[in-house]
Amino acid sequence: MSLLEIDNVTLRFGGVVAVDQVSFSVEEGEVFAIVGPNGAGKSTLFNLISRFYDPAEGDIRFDGKSILSLGADAIAGLGIARTFQNIELFEQATVLQNLLVGRHRHRKSNLFSQALFLPSVREEERQHRLAVERVIEFLDLQAYREKYIAGLPYGVRKVVEMGRALALEPRLLLLDEPASGLSVEETQDVAFWVEDIKKQMGITVLMVEHDMHLVASVSDRVLALADGKMLALGTPPEVQNHPAVVEAYIGTTDANEKVPA
Amino acid sequence: MRTVFKTTYDADINLFRHGPQAAWYGLLLVLMLVIPFMFDDFWIGEATNMLIWAIAGMGLMILVGQTGQASLGHAAFLAVGCYANVLLQEKLGLPFILSFPLGGLIAGIAGVLVAIPTTRLHGIYLAIATLAISILADDLIVIAEPLTNGVIGLFAPDIAIFGVTINRYGNPDLFYWLVLAITLIVVLIYRNVLRTSLGRSFAAVRDSEVSARAMGVNVARTKAISFGISAGITGLAGALMGHFAGIFNNETFNIIISIQLLLMIVIGGLGSIHGAFFGAIIVAILPQTIAIARDQVTGALGLSSVAIPGLETAIFGFILIGFILFEPMGIYGRWIKIRTYFELFPFYRRDMFRRQKSYLKTERMR
Repeated sequence: MSLLEIDNVTLRFGGVVAVDQVSFSVEEGEVFAIVGPNGAGKSTLFNLISRFYDPAEGDIRFDGKSILSLGADAIAGLGIARTFQNIELFEQATVLQNLLVGRHRHRKSNLFSQALFLPSVREEERQHRLAVERVIEFLDLQAYREKYIAGLPYGVRKVVEMGRALALEPRLLLLDEPASGLSVEETQDVAFWVEDIKKQMGITVLMVEHDMHLVASVSDRVLALADGKMLALGTPPEVQNHPAVVEAYIGTTDANEKVPA
Repeated sequence: MRTVFKTTYDADINLFRHGPQAAWYGLLLVLMLVIPFMFDDFWIGEATNMLIWAIAGMGLMILVGQTGQASLGHAAFLAVGCYANVLLQEKLGLPFILSFPLGGLIAGIAGVLVAIPTTRLHGIYLAIATLAISILADDLIVIAEPLTNGVIGLFAPDIAIFGVTINRYGNPDLFYWLVLAITLIVVLIYRNVLRTSLGRSFAAVRDSEVSARAMGVNVARTKAISFGISAGITGLAGALMGHFAGIFNNETFNIIISIQLLLMIVIGGLGSIHGAFFGAIIVAILPQTIAIARDQVTGALGLSSVAIPGLETAIFGFILIGFILFEPMGIYGRWIKIRTYFELFPFYRRDMFRRQKSYLKTERMR
């Protein structure tokens, strides 16, 4: 059984069909990338999976169960974490606090024990901190622990957002353009991290990415979208050489077509 | 500058960052405890008033500073706490030790009930909705005359705890220590909430509702809890205000009090417990300062003392404008800068805090 199944999903915004009968499934333990030109419906697909949008048709199943009856805040509880294309961090909080919010689904204490800060709450806080420290170590964020997000450079914020999603200890990690706006070296780091997330942590990764070099180096399978429709699905080389994909990115290969003067 | 070398996670969980900090707060507590021995009844009353405002400020701070939801209606919760506390004592004969926490609880429940419909709103729309609550509370007190005695108002009975009778005028020192003890409990609960997942979910809702939801935070529920805790603490302050004022009616908790409370925490510094206290000091000492200054000025000019209606509000307004223009982080923000200046002396740079000159989302009108 696949971890995530997108079954014939369609979403319309008024007359625009943002996602048009898209079907694919993500297997446990793979890195699955979605590529496509701007406006292809990649981020919309992410917002459908994290339940910010309701599909007009079709079904989305996680671990065999439909998630369409759940609200956006129940998705994290299943073990699906995500990042945002335009970083959505908690600006007036420190990196540490941001990562600790990722632990929200693992909280055990109730309101009253928290207000009294019972010893069990202290122990729980230590455990959360330990889990967060592992993420900090993994992503090399030690230097930024106490820093407020509002004062951090873009590249670091991008990493912190990935860290926050990892602190959730997800089964499925949705990365929305993890390398956009990053330097070559930073993109290289992202590639290594995605590889380690898959191999060491055993987390399934679904990512949207424009950087084809990154996609080709880390992903097991690639889905190409354009105008909300599926163009091709397969290994990175298969998709890159697929005629429909080449056409969507570069234009037609038909030599007889008239080139406007 | 002090660098704390942390060796355990507890260093970040504990209430105080290091020993000397705990010692300074201990010293402050000792100073607060001995106030009744050092000053006369008038100043004990002023200090009590300041602490009551600080409790109310902390109540509102949880909602505005931590959760980012504006409220112009908190006088309503002061009223609920005050009336509930006195009515439970008068009508049901409950002792203060029961009626006081119950008054806070009733105010908290009222807060949750208000939150359910209003927290779907954001920014200025939420402010308007809560403003309406405040006006409504004023009218409801008048309408519910059989219970609240309408515009004539109610008398707050003497507080009796374990056989000791406490009256604001009879034994102001005991009343002061009672208020101080309640202040400490509220500070402790506030700090505890902040260092657990609840406080972090408040900050998450404040800074980004979208990613709070993606992290599994139930935004509506979190806002309702925040409203509840906030209204509950404000209700406790209201109950103390009732005992402090001795007599109160619908006018005691009118819309001006709501606005004053919000302005107070903005001037003090949004998002910190210190801010509530700094703001409370301003609110408590301002009327006296103005009165003294007015007497000085009119005396110097050889005029008879005149009362100028609205002067207090106007000066408060000017102070607020000054802070929003020059120090959006409030008195607490300024305090941190002064402290950093001395800690780093002589290496403080002018632009050290430039990046942090950002507004909380509460203040932005979305």
